[in-house]
Amino acid sequence: MNFLILSLIKAAVVAFVLMTTLAYLQWIERKVIAHIQLRVGPRRVGPHGLLQPLADVIKLLTKEDLLPSHVNKVFYFLAPFIAVFFALIAISVIPFGTEVNLGPVHTAMQLTDLNIGVLFILGLSGMGVYGVALAGWASNNKYALLGGLRSSAQMISYELPMALAIAAPLLMLNTLSFRQLVEAQSGYYLGFIPRWTIFQGPVPQLVSFILFGIAAFAETNRVPFDLPEAENELVAGFHTEYSSMKFAAFFMAEYANMVTVSCVATLLFLGGWQPLWPAQYGSNFLPTAMFLAGAALCFYHGFHPARSFDRITLPAAGVVFLGIAVVFLIPPVAAVLLPLFWFAAKVGFILFVYIWVRGTLPRFRYDQLMRFAWTFMFPVAVANLFLTGLAVALS
Amino acid sequence: MDSILFLIFAAIAVGCGLNLVLQTHPISSALSLVGVMGSLAVLYLLLGGEFIAMAQLIVYAGAIMVLFIFVIMLLNAGGERRGRKRLWAPWAGAPMVAAIIGIGAYLIQRAAPRTAEVTFGAFQHGNPSDIGTNLFENYVLPFEITSILILIAIVGAIVLARKEIE
Repeated sequence: MNFLILSLIKAAVVAFVLMTTLAYLQWIERKVIAHIQLRVGPRRVGPHGLLQPLADVIKLLTKEDLLPSHVNKVFYFLAPFIAVFFALIAISVIPFGTEVNLGPVHTAMQLTDLNIGVLFILGLSGMGVYGVALAGWASNNKYALLGGLRSSAQMISYELPMALAIAAPLLMLNTLSFRQLVEAQSGYYLGFIPRWTIFQGPVPQLVSFILFGIAAFAETNRVPFDLPEAENELVAGFHTEYSSMKFAAFFMAEYANMVTVSCVATLLFLGGWQPLWPAQYGSNFLPTAMFLAGAALCFYHGFHPARSFDRITLPAAGVVFLGIAVVFLIPPVAAVLLPLFWFAAKVGFILFVYIWVRGTLPRFRYDQLMRFAWTFMFPVAVANLFLTGLAVALS
Repeated sequence: MDSILFLIFAAIAVGCGLNLVLQTHPISSALSLVGVMGSLAVLYLLLGGEFIAMAQLIVYAGAIMVLFIFVIMLLNAGGERRGRKRLWAPWAGAPMVAAIIGIGAYLIQRAAPRTAEVTFGAFQHGNPSDIGTNLFENYVLPFEITSILILIAIVGAIVLARKEIE
């Protein structure tokens, strides 16, 4: 099949999956936070609120699009476009799994494998600041301006420790292509410790993984670093004056950035799609076991229903889970799905940590945030980089 | 394909450059400069300099220009005021600029030997590992001297910006 058609199909699939993920990430976030705070979360639209994202999209699309007076129109319209463009395009260099062989078609589960993929992501994250900064400036609102200023200062400051934290594993793996990064993390020590960067010698990169995680929270403007949109001081920060789809664009950009950052953390530190323990100890049967357990749970609660409609919805979900569990046992399909499962599991775990932290931690004060970046994270990242460099040079 | 892309991004770079000078508001000018940097990065990429292209994007288009915009926003600089309009000024200036550019281009074209012409895709050593090897094996001294120069500039900036504490 020709390259162009194949690329178009892959781009369509990736775009569809990414958009669905973004919409449902928001549902998961609301649900998880609700359960952390002993609420139930959205559950009116569809079973367990599963159609809530769809309802939200319709609401945002049909809302009145207000244009505040005295805004700089060009930049006011440009800002959400910039934010969402640079957030979404980053997914194009992220690999999701090994190669797919469908009859005559051989293709990698990735849109494009750049030999400078890591730098590309760093460049895009730097460009994403413009969306936020311009939105704040063009809105003609002092709260928005302060939010934009805070955000650009914060993102510039945290980009530094983030880049240094990324550099340390790159020194060990000696490549900038995401696919080769993951391949360099395959294999096991002593037959069971995975050679992921956070475990790999000569210097296990646990420190830079934690630094990267903290910086990633700041880069994506999430709690505890969501100072740009601190609602008790700045209304909604840089997007105070935005409504309807323009507001949704900023929202989407934030979630897309979260997904990208989680993917990068998975690929750099957690071995991408490499399983947690080797296949001879049965790591290939983990997804089947998990989905079987899910199905059993659904069937149990379906036959002991708390509400009347659970009698239908839960067994239906159980049958779906059972089907997925069986699909993971078919060898040719499993070869494609298993890497995807491990990748999705790791990314999902990091995204869950994002939400967990949001439900747990309070917000930093702005001077604490800046001091933390420059007097703690930066020196630690430099020290870690030096140590890694020394160890790599000696070994 | 390469030539078409080159023409598109060269045109964007020139257009953004002109816009940078013509705009009256500092933010518009700064964003035009971002456009120039970005299209320059694409031109580097077309010539095979992958690492330079990304460094251009990260350092110039990303970090430095964000700082520019940050400062413009912080100082809340307004649009510059135009002086008294002189109608003949653009009419006299435009041919002169065209003449200077034309003469410059002609001289460069005459001076540069034909063998030094650039072809797309001919340069294969723009990847990070080649650049790193060259930088730390063949050009260590210039590299280190440049870094000391930048360090001096940083120290100088801090000294100038420092508030005197009584």
